[in-house]
Amino acid sequence: MKAVVQLENIHKTYSNGEVEVHAVRGINLTIESGEFVAIMGASGSGKSTLMNVLGCLDRPSKGRYLLDGVDTSDLDRNERADLRNQKLGFVFQGFNLLARTTALENVELPMLYNPKRIPSREKRKRALEALEIVGLAERADHLPNQLSGGQQQRVAIARALVNNPQILLADEPTGNLDSKTSVEVMGVFQKLNERGITIVMVTHELDIARYCKRNLIVRDGLLVRDELVQDRSYSDRELQRIREEEAAAKLTQSA
Amino acid sequence: MRITATSVIALRALRRNKLRSILTALGIIIGVGAVIATVSIGNGAKNQVESQIASLGQNVITVFPGSTNTGGTRGGFGAASTLTIEDAEAIEREVLGVVAVSAEVRDRQQILANGLNWNTTVMGESPGYLSVRAWDLAQGNMFTDADMRSTAKVAIIGQTVATELYPDVDPVGQTIRIRNLPFKVLGVLKPKGFSFFGSDQDDVVIVPTTSAMRRVARRQYLSSILIQAQSPTMMSRIQQEVTDLLQQRRGDREADFTVRNQLELAEAATATSKTMTVLLGSIAGVSLIVGGIGIMNIMLVSVTERTREIGIRLAIGAHDRDVRIQFLIEAMILSMLGGIFGVLIGIGASQVVSSQTGMPVLISTASVTGAVAFSAFVGIVFGFYPAHKAAKLDPIDALRFE
Repeated sequence: MKAVVQLENIHKTYSNGEVEVHAVRGINLTIESGEFVAIMGASGSGKSTLMNVLGCLDRPSKGRYLLDGVDTSDLDRNERADLRNQKLGFVFQGFNLLARTTALENVELPMLYNPKRIPSREKRKRALEALEIVGLAERADHLPNQLSGGQQQRVAIARALVNNPQILLADEPTGNLDSKTSVEVMGVFQKLNERGITIVMVTHELDIARYCKRNLIVRDGLLVRDELVQDRSYSDRELQRIREEEAAAKLTQSA
Repeated sequence: MRITATSVIALRALRRNKLRSILTALGIIIGVGAVIATVSIGNGAKNQVESQIASLGQNVITVFPGSTNTGGTRGGFGAASTLTIEDAEAIEREVLGVVAVSAEVRDRQQILANGLNWNTTVMGESPGYLSVRAWDLAQGNMFTDADMRSTAKVAIIGQTVATELYPDVDPVGQTIRIRNLPFKVLGVLKPKGFSFFGSDQDDVVIVPTTSAMRRVARRQYLSSILIQAQSPTMMSRIQQEVTDLLQQRRGDREADFTVRNQLELAEAATATSKTMTVLLGSIAGVSLIVGGIGIMNIMLVSVTERTREIGIRLAIGAHDRDVRIQFLIEAMILSMLGGIFGVLIGIGASQVVSSQTGMPVLISTASVTGAVAFSAFVGIVFGFYPAHKAAKLDPIDALRFE
C-alpha cells in the first residue's frame, strides 16, 4: 500500500498574545491509500488543529508533512491553495455551500480554481457525475435552502470529489444531522471508500467512528490510541434495522 | 489568470443581490449623470457665447469715444464727441496690418417704405464694414467709396427690416424714406441673429457714414471706429499704434477715446462660462467621489457578510489573487454600469433642460468617455481596499466566522 499521508513529529504552537498554546505536541502518523480513518478526541484535544494541518490550511510549527510524497512544509500560501484544490477534498460540519447558488454551481466551484482551465461543458459533466455518485443528480438545479441537511451534505461531498482528490477530509460531517441522516451520509462515505477513496474524518461520536476502518484518539496534542475497528457498522444494515423499527412502531401503534 | 471564471463569479454575486447592486450603483449613476448634464449645458452655453463673439467679426479692434472734461465737469464714458471721420481715414492710411476700417455712426429713426413704417437703427458705415463684421449680403451689392464721397442716398438693410417693410416684395431697388429723404436699397444682408448682448442684429439699415452724418444723424462725430487686423497676432500692436496715432492727432489734449480689443471681450465672456462649467463640473465630480465611497462602503459590508464564502473559496483552492480580482471586478462592474446608466440619464436630463428652457446643450464625446473612464477608475480605487481585505483573510478563521 502507498502512503498518502506521512506526519513526522508534528508540533503546532499558537501564540495567543502572552500565552503559548501547544496544541499538537509531536504526532507521527501514516495513512495509506484506501484507508477510512476517524480522528476522535474531546474539544481542546488538538484534533481540529491536526485536521487543519492535514488539510494544508495551517502549517506545522515543527515537523514534516508529506502529502502524496510531496513535502508541504515549505510551500507558500498559493502553492498550498493549489495542493488543496488538486489533492484534497473538504467536507465541513456546517456544509458550507454558497447560498443562493444551485447545487450544480456549488459542485463546479473547485474546478473554477483548477490551475488547468476546464471547458464549461466538461465542468458541467463532471459536476453532474459527482452529484450522481452521491445520488442527487436530479436535484442539480436546487438551491441549498431547498435541500434537507443530509442532501446539502451530500452536495458538499460531491463538491469535495469533483477534482478527484487523493484524500477526502471531513470535519464532523454528521455534527449537524439527525441520527438517521447521519447513517445515510456515513453510507455515502462507505460507498466512496469501497471505490478506493481515502477518507479521514474528525468526529466525537463513537457510534459514527465505528463506520470507519481505523480509529485514532487524540488527547492533549498527542496520539494516544490507534486501532482498527473490530465490530464495524455498515450503513446498509443499520438503515435496514431503522426501517424495521419504524415499521414495527407503526404496526404497534395501528394495532 | 482565471479572469473569465472570476468575472462570471462576480456577476453571479451581483445578480444574487440585485437590489443592493442597483442601490450601490445609484450613487455613481447620479454622479455621472450630473457631470454629463452640467458639462453639456456648460459647453452649450460656452459654444453659444463663442459663436456670438465670432459673429462680431474677426480680429476686430474698436475705438470708442472717451469721457469729456469741460472746465472740471467730467462727462461719462462715450460722452466725448471728438472721434472724426478723419481719425478713421488716418488709421486706415497710417497703421500697418489693417485690413479694413469702418467709421460708424448710430442713430435711431422711424423709416417708411412700401406703405409701411418701422423704427430701427440706422448705421452709417464705411464700405469695409461687411469685411469687419464678417457679414455677407443675401442679395444685391454693398455701397462703394464713391457713394461715401458723394454722400449718396443708398442703403442696405437687415433681414428683420426687409421682412417688416417688404413682406412680399423684393426690397432690392426699392426706396425707403429716412427723415423723409429717399434712400435706394442696394442689398439685403444675410441673417445674423441676436447679439451677445441680446439685441437683434438684423434690425438695421446701413448707409454710407458721410450720408448718415450729414443727412440722418446730422452730427459731425462718430459713434465708434471699427478696425479689422490682418491676423490675431497683430492685434495688440495695432491697438497700441492706433492709440499712439490718435493721441498724436490730439496733441496735448487729454485722451478722449478708448481702444478696445475684441479678444479681451471674448476672453472675458468665455472665461465666465468656463468658470461656470468648471464649478458645476467639480460639484458633480464630488458627487462621483461620494458615489465611490458608497461602493467602498457596500463592498466592505459585502466582504464581512461573505467572510464564510471567502473562506470556502480559499479552502478549496482559490489564490489571494482570485479573491482580490473577484471583488475588484464586482466593484468595477458596479461603477461601470453606474457610469453607463449615468451617461444615459445625463444625456436625457440635458435634453429635457434644453427643451424646457431653450438653453443650448453640447454633449461632447470627451465628457462621456471621461465620465465612464473616471467611474471605472473610482471602482478600482474604492474597490481595492475591500478586495485586499478579502484576499488577506485566513481560510481557517474565515470558515469559523459566524
